[in-house]
Amino acid sequence: MRISVNGAVREIDVDADTPLLWVLRDVLGLTGTKFGCGAALCGACTVLIDGVAKRSCVTQVGDVGDHAVTTIETLAETKTGRALQKAWLDVDVVQCGYCQSGQLMQATALLQANAQPDDLAIDSAMAGNICRCGTYGRIRTAIKQAAADLQNPELQP
Amino acid sequence: MSTGFAASRRTALALGAAALVVGFTGRGTLAVAATPAAQDDILQTGTFIRIDSNGQVSVVVPYAEMGQGALTAIAMLVAEELEVDPTTIKTEMAPGDDKLYGHPILGEQLTGGSLSVRGAWKQMRQAGAGARIVLVTAAARAWSVDPATCRAEAGHVIHRPSSRRVAYGELVESARTIAVPQDPPLKEGAFRTIGQPLHRFDAAQKVNGSAIYGIDVRMPGLRFAALMLSPVIDGRLIDVDPATALAVRGVSQVVKHPRALAVVASNTGAARKGLAALSPQWDGATQANLSTADLVADLDGGMKEAGLLANSSGDAAAAMSEAKKVHEFSFRMPMLAHAAMEPLNCTVHCTPASCEIWVGSQGPGRARRQVAVALGLSEDAVTVHNHHIGGGFGRRLQSEWIVLAAEVASQIDGPVQISWSREQDFRHDAFRYHNHSAVRVGVDGSGMPVSFEHRVVGPSIMSWFLPLFVKDGIDLDVVGYAAGAYQWPNHRVEFTRREPPEGLLVGNWRGVGETRNCFVVESVLDELAHAAGQDPVQYRRALLEPGSRILNVLDRVAEASGWGSSLPAGSGRGVAILEGFGSFIGVVAEVELPAADRLRLKRVTSVVDCGVAINPNVVRQQIEGGLVYGISAALYGKVTIRDGRIEQTNFHDHPVLRMNEMPEIEVIIVDSKKGPGGVGEPGTAVLAPAITNAIRAAGGPRLYSLPVDLAVEPRS
Repeated sequence: MRISVNGAVREIDVDADTPLLWVLRDVLGLTGTKFGCGAALCGACTVLIDGVAKRSCVTQVGDVGDHAVTTIETLAETKTGRALQKAWLDVDVVQCGYCQSGQLMQATALLQANAQPDDLAIDSAMAGNICRCGTYGRIRTAIKQAAADLQNPELQP
Repeated sequence: MSTGFAASRRTALALGAAALVVGFTGRGTLAVAATPAAQDDILQTGTFIRIDSNGQVSVVVPYAEMGQGALTAIAMLVAEELEVDPTTIKTEMAPGDDKLYGHPILGEQLTGGSLSVRGAWKQMRQAGAGARIVLVTAAARAWSVDPATCRAEAGHVIHRPSSRRVAYGELVESARTIAVPQDPPLKEGAFRTIGQPLHRFDAAQKVNGSAIYGIDVRMPGLRFAALMLSPVIDGRLIDVDPATALAVRGVSQVVKHPRALAVVASNTGAARKGLAALSPQWDGATQANLSTADLVADLDGGMKEAGLLANSSGDAAAAMSEAKKVHEFSFRMPMLAHAAMEPLNCTVHCTPASCEIWVGSQGPGRARRQVAVALGLSEDAVTVHNHHIGGGFGRRLQSEWIVLAAEVASQIDGPVQISWSREQDFRHDAFRYHNHSAVRVGVDGSGMPVSFEHRVVGPSIMSWFLPLFVKDGIDLDVVGYAAGAYQWPNHRVEFTRREPPEGLLVGNWRGVGETRNCFVVESVLDELAHAAGQDPVQYRRALLEPGSRILNVLDRVAEASGWGSSLPAGSGRGVAILEGFGSFIGVVAEVELPAADRLRLKRVTSVVDCGVAINPNVVRQQIEGGLVYGISAALYGKVTIRDGRIEQTNFHDHPVLRMNEMPEIEVIIVDSKKGPGGVGEPGTAVLAPAITNAIRAAGGPRLYSLPVDLAVEPRS
């Protein structure tokens, strides 16, 4: 079976019903994508598939086909990703950091679909991503900062 | 509690071929020691600081990094005295070793009790100061000048009269023979690094996926195992037919353990699929009929049973009998899970003669000793590498899961990563156990207390976890803050012990005893104020020591929250204060009750006095995070047992706070030059009564049990 991850086509030898999460982490060694619940309840495993946020723990690898999977490891290759990572650092979002790969991927999908999200749009997009360190307020601030930076021609990251 | 630090440890300076290494050994007072010539491994001989000939400074952090910012704060403490730019320091996590990396207060290498910075405060600054003095002395000798005419700045030694400079790296070789002073003096103020709101040093690797948590450890030949324990508490594995698992592609082995079952495969997905294909037989007879109601009834019985006297003042009984009126209260707190984001996992490579472990642990030294005992190995044959932890909250102070992983792995050839599913992580947590409290308060004609009696009913974790905290049968954690911060004319605190049933593992949970007792005491204070027809802030003020730090945070949070200003009908503010973990915190929560059975949390204002804030950014994060952890517990936290089984298994039946319910949170840090207090737990410990007091103020009921039994509305 072949899948396209972070711009490269990878050959894998697993059952088609294997969750994408474990293919990324255990077969391909891309450990930035995290395991949290295994049931699409926490968002820690969020990746982008053709730019749309998906929970990799419930996405069977056989269903990925030739769609492009993007993980946290190449987030910095996009303008939106860089702006979000910078905002995350500026706002001091992370504590334990375990959920933040998923938060950043979810936020990337949000900003790519809605360049100027208001509080309601942010809450609605991010409510599926759990953080136990309590960084929600800072995530909200960081998303707004990244959105503003992306609109500012002088601050193009 | 004394640190026992200065008398029991020595600073040893050792020199490698190309590095200056400063550390503590366990052999007495400050002294110099030599080490082998080639000292490439920073982790030998209890190293705390290493300076390479290229000037790179590395700091070995003895404590776990689980989000609380230990790596950042400890590097800053070293930088302050070593006079280097803290952002250039590399940090590494110490391996499990209680002798070399034991906490000065706890005596073991434990990360808990909001004690990491308090343990490191003197220790790490002394290591930095010792290294700096040696480097200055080396430079002065090379220049044949008086060391007193030299100073250290930004990784250099400077001779003031001549303005000559030399980089630390160039001094590494010549510093070999210079003794570290016995007890290097430390700065008492005019800090360069301490107090700076620096960005955390571990943030960059946590936004690009490169930070390595225990679950991210990878190595050649690594296989992956999925683990299952008995669904019934205290159950044992009778037998299992491995065939159905072995038929799954990628599965290579099924491991049986008296209490668990593991399936080993080429990836965790295959291992989980194999595990799901098995039909194991478990013996769960002993606890098969257990339910939460049994535990609650047991603790209710404890509320009627006199306990051991923990502390008292005056004559509480006599004053009670003469009181104008006596108020009686009963409180019930549920069992709680930790529900950290990173489920338990442990990577192990066993050979007949050794066991190497990669894990994120709050007690890696203890884990190492327990694994050695379990596997019949010497402690030296067991290595524990510590890693970033995706949330600890006290769960990873226990090591029973690491021992289990090692026992399973001892049946497996080659390295294996054993991971718990979320369901297993919930069901086999080391729960915060039930705690009940019975309180009686006698008041005078104006409603002011004349006598306060608090009987705390619960287990004694410390009697087996850390007996250092048990005195004359009293678990000091259990009764922590049981009388609050108040100046009672007469008071009495008792402890009636009630342990969980066999096989139900309980343990430490963020905020420990203070979390339970603060809910009790601050609810009682509020109810007394209402009964006396007084404002809850003013009522508390009358019972606090004038000029005290706790009174200051109460006054400041009242002011910052707009206490007393009008709110719409159906809204209310609640206040709570806590003195604990060496810190003082006051919070005001504002809630809205859109209907009798619905709650919206609007905002939480907090003022914390934690002494000197080593890094105000991290302090603010920790207080925010502690409050949010407390909010989740107050609004949702509950673990129940039915037919001997833990009922909660994942985030659908054990909800936690989500972004759309997040209130506004403000954290104000009191400017202070006093020694640092802990910041990881005060926010959690103080939060619940602020919410329940606010519900009462908004026209809702007084809540005597948790969690708050109202539907939570998203923020508007």
